[in-house]
Amino acid sequence: MPGKQLLMTFPVTATSHTLDDYRCRDGYATLERVLRQQTCEDVTREVTAAGLLGHGGAAFPAGRKWSVVNLNDGQPHYLCANADEGEPGTFKDRWILENAPHRLLESMLIAAYALQVRHCFVYIRGEFDLPYRRLAAAIEEAYAAGYCGERILGTDFACDIVAYRGAGSYVCGEASGLLSSLEGKRGYPRNRPPRLTVQGLYRRPTVVNNVETLANVTGIVANGADWYRSFGTPKSPGTQLVSISGHIARPGVYEVEYGYPLTKFVYEDCGGLTGAAALKALIPGGISTKVLTGAECEGVTYDHQSLAAAGSSVGSGGMIAIAEGTCMVRLLQVMLRFYHHESCGQCTPCREGTGWMHRIIDRIVAGRGRPGDVESLLEISRRNDGTTICGMGDAAGYATVGILAKFRDEFDYWIEHGRSRLMGKLEVGIDA
Amino acid sequence: MKHLIPEFERLKARFPAGFESSLVLPCVRRIQEDRGFVADSDIDGLVAYLGVPRIQIEEVLSYYTQFRRTPVGRWHLQTCRNVSCSMCGAERLIAHVGASLGIGPGETTADGRITFSTVECLGSCGTAPVVVVNETYHESMSIERLDALLRELG
Ligand SMILES: Cc1cc2nc3c(=O)[nH]c(=O)nc-3n(C[C@H](O)[C@H](O)[C@H](O)COP(=O)(O)O)c2cc1C
Ligand code: SF4
Ligand code: FES
Repeated sequence: MPGKQLLMTFPVTATSHTLDDYRCRDGYATLERVLRQQTCEDVTREVTAAGLLGHGGAAFPAGRKWSVVNLNDGQPHYLCANADEGEPGTFKDRWILENAPHRLLESMLIAAYALQVRHCFVYIRGEFDLPYRRLAAAIEEAYAAGYCGERILGTDFACDIVAYRGAGSYVCGEASGLLSSLEGKRGYPRNRPPRLTVQGLYRRPTVVNNVETLANVTGIVANGADWYRSFGTPKSPGTQLVSISGHIARPGVYEVEYGYPLTKFVYEDCGGLTGAAALKALIPGGISTKVLTGAECEGVTYDHQSLAAAGSSVGSGGMIAIAEGTCMVRLLQVMLRFYHHESCGQCTPCREGTGWMHRIIDRIVAGRGRPGDVESLLEISRRNDGTTICGMGDAAGYATVGILAKFRDEFDYWIEHGRSRLMGKLEVGIDA
Repeated sequence: MKHLIPEFERLKARFPAGFESSLVLPCVRRIQEDRGFVADSDIDGLVAYLGVPRIQIEEVLSYYTQFRRTPVGRWHLQTCRNVSCSMCGAERLIAHVGASLGIGPGETTADGRITFSTVECLGSCGTAPVVVVNETYHESMSIERLDALLRELG
């Protein structure tokens, strides 16, 4: 495994997701200790000192988000775990939901105590069937054992947890879109300010954190901020669950300690590329993060600073390995079709922009590309950046600009010759 | 829809007071599981039961890709067409489903047995390509495994 582990610390068996097994791993002992011995402020202070970063894409410090919630405002506060996991290439939270649902619940209860939350929600994407069943069963077990509901473990603390299922919409993963959806409406993202920690669900202060971010809370509170900081690098403490897919010999979910060498991870831990092909490009954190060429991956370590210096980011931990011979024009076509399909339509630059980009790339692939098409794609991307309500407009642009900056020659070739230089191949090493 | 109200009441008990609006998605999902789609009468029933505006339910139904107003075949076969799946053979798989069933994405076989759709990333990219039949994921699909699956769907 790539470095030390914080979450994948037990063997996955037929019963490792159950309450009995979780209890054998000291499950809910931290919750009990917190409820009996710690104040709300103690918990938030520890999480802040640990430097826990958001694992949902934007790497926002969790402690800073939590500190905005005013504990004495007399209002209800809400906590939502973001289990929408829709960023293409990402399937890491699913590992937690399927294998460690109680770890998430215990962490949510500790966070709810710190934030004085009476009602918590797990917003889980509608397609996740097994993860939902595992989570729902864990919630029932937790209620039956007295970890949820009234007078938890005999204390005055009361908290309910509801698993709420989405219904097929990528923008519901965006924190404010998620809350609109949780209010039983279309998943429209909302303009900020006000911040969600000021006015979120039903206009009450609400903390939305990614599943993996929350799952780390129990360990931090149990062992302390210094212990957490002994993992990873000084500026990127901890680990990241990385889901890797594409042209890779051993795809799957790995827990990578921040600071681990990127190419070592790809070649040694994941067995290199399918059919021992060369690494043409790597998408480090979901398709919305900028692509790196194989050469650019050399010398990079897997952490926020090193990936930023290389021109990309950790994103959602959804890594996609792309083998030599893959047609990047077709790859971008698949991405732009996705963004166009998923735009919620509220903002003109995103709604129209993703549509234009999708039509332009379809035209190029149909052999009817025109000089100036690449410039149009770049211009539309530029105009999308920062002009929309949520980050999806930006994301479509990042994906496009990233690929065009590094593989422009493939686009120029297709426009000039009316066909792909790489026969439009997305599958590599398989006889089609 | 009325026979589901006792179930809806149990669901409501888990939510804070005043969260009726939030029940729209779970109620619609349950109705669809029960009937296969959401009928006009279901919308009427939900408006009366939850006290939310009719337009809210109509908006939800038209926004989310998983909700539908018309029936689908007995089996709803959905193939992921996003990046990782496409890189591992989804495009050939989609073409093969179309050729085997004689229908394109979005269509249902004449005997009403299978509805075929394409979907975006299902969060299962490490076991690509992925096909979902009703609620169940079928991962690491090949043409051979797909043929076997199609034969099984009676
Ligand atoms: C279009 C879009 C989709 C997103 N999808 C997800 C998602 O599926 N899961 C997630 O945790 N965060 C997603 N995010 C990020 C959330 O908005 C939010 O930053 C995150 O859930 C906060 O949690 P964290 O601070 O713990 O990372 C998405 C953002 C955008 C703009
Ligand atoms: S950027 Fe796109 S997805 Fe986000 S709110 Fe605007 S239109 Fe909707
Ligand atoms: S790309 Fe198909 S499941 Fe993610």
